[in-house]
Amino acid sequence: MIHTIAAHELRRLMLSPLAWVILALIQFLAALQFLNSVEEFMLNQPRLINYDNPPGVSDWVVAPVFADVAFMLLMVVPIITMHSLSAEQRDKTMSLLWSAPVSMTEIVLGKYVGTLYFLLIMVSMVCVMPISLVFGTSLDMGKLFAGACGLFLMLAAFAAAGLFVSSMTNSPAVAAVASFFLLFALWLMFWINSGGQELAEVLAYISLLNHFVPLLQGSINTANVTYFILFAVTFLVFTIRRLDIRRLQG
Amino acid sequence: MTTLLKATGLNRFYGSYQAVRDVSISLHQGDIMGLLGPNGAGKTTTMDMLSGNLAPSSGNIEIKEADLLDEPKRAKQSIGYLPEQPPVYRDLSVDEYLRYCARLHGIRRAQVAMAVERACERTGLANMGRRLIGNLSKGFQQRVGIAQAIIHEPDVIILDEPTVGLDPLQIHEIRELIRDLGTRHGVILSTHILPEVQTVCNRILILFEGRIAYDDANNKQQVKPEILTRFGRSAETDGLGRLDGVIEVQSLENNAYRVIHDAGSNPADEIARLAVEQDWGLLELTPVTPGLEQVFLGLTRGEDTHSGKPLVNESEEDAI
Repeated sequence: MIHTIAAHELRRLMLSPLAWVILALIQFLAALQFLNSVEEFMLNQPRLINYDNPPGVSDWVVAPVFADVAFMLLMVVPIITMHSLSAEQRDKTMSLLWSAPVSMTEIVLGKYVGTLYFLLIMVSMVCVMPISLVFGTSLDMGKLFAGACGLFLMLAAFAAAGLFVSSMTNSPAVAAVASFFLLFALWLMFWINSGGQELAEVLAYISLLNHFVPLLQGSINTANVTYFILFAVTFLVFTIRRLDIRRLQG
Repeated sequence: MTTLLKATGLNRFYGSYQAVRDVSISLHQGDIMGLLGPNGAGKTTTMDMLSGNLAPSSGNIEIKEADLLDEPKRAKQSIGYLPEQPPVYRDLSVDEYLRYCARLHGIRRAQVAMAVERACERTGLANMGRRLIGNLSKGFQQRVGIAQAIIHEPDVIILDEPTVGLDPLQIHEIRELIRDLGTRHGVILSTHILPEVQTVCNRILILFEGRIAYDDANNKQQVKPEILTRFGRSAETDGLGRLDGVIEVQSLENNAYRVIHDAGSNPADEIARLAVEQDWGLLELTPVTPGLEQVFLGLTRGEDTHSGKPLVNESEEDAI
């Protein structure tokens, strides 16, 4: 049942021009960054030879591209998720799901997985560019894989938070703006320094970016992966609860 | 007669406002129940609760003996619901949409195409499969909504104002469809249109201010048939009152009388004979069966009485 809802979600997303525009623009901007990074690497290559353990093409090219894409999607994912629940509530199509024999968990997971399918398409498209370097140089596939995982986990976290905000309001625009601010705050939390050392440490720990960077550098460690999974699960549980309450309150 | 749906003591609050008060409904196979009521009477709230879209503040709902709150999945397998606004996706084609609905209701992949075809046929959407729902007229969107509600052959079909926005021909077709559905399923439909209820439904429920004000399953006796009669000369009400089955005789203007009698008897013949015997000069003798409209108006105009008791007797005031 989750798959049915997810497939439907992806199909509806792909029917809208929005999804195609987003895919195209992200690809275009990622390509600019990619070309820029490749050029920088070419310029700096002669100097790098002097170092003991010089950063390779994976570090020069892959990490910046993924980091850029993640930052752009901070703004874009809320636009995708705003449709999944807000618009359904606005258009009164939720009652189709509510009177069907599916549980609230299946509804929320279906919507979430549908969004993940779309994000997976986007990540694969972005990955094609660095992979194309294989033809000209040796690429650290491990790092590339770690980076792609990190990017996908990051987007999955965005999507869960976006879905939660989307369940709070019937207005898609409000949902998009609110999710963007929520994600932006979580992304930048490590910047906050006031309020003492301890608070700063806690905030830095919660910050999305701090868990993303190690993955880009090629280290998949359990703590970071678990962080993203927990982040997503927490927001999904919130969403399920939120919809349950909506049905109770009407 | 199998009970398909049984709701007992439903209450629903929105904040401190109580939209539905102590509503109990039971629906059997073959029932086509018309839910009537003025705007804001709680029809939609009641239907939302029966279809699992809204949790009742108290009370419980059983659908084919599965509790809607405890076993929602089993209960919802037997529900088809068309809300006031059909829950259609405008950017999908009719076939795509109905395929999705079929899958959502657990129809096996192999049988989906057949189910879609059957639902389209029954709702007159046969050649519309490839059209985008957003480009269809309101009437056709309504049909898609009905198709969605019947695609999985549910036992209980709940339709909130199914004929709104349709042209007279379509209304006729949809009524035929509902009648047809009623032979195999239980149907609940809400509407403001009284003739619709009279032509389609075999059970009538009137909601007023959140309460059931009239249920023809219990209230049959409360609305008595009557005979309006007029004579050339004045008659004695006592004589009329002594006739078999007569409950009450009211004297109206111009030597007209209203004779209220039991549903089981018909004193028309006796009245005529008495009139001849007594030489009253019979001018008019008209049997009046209490119409739904009278009942409805009587119930909903008696707004000053908040006792919650059926106000059926007042309906006779309107029958003059």
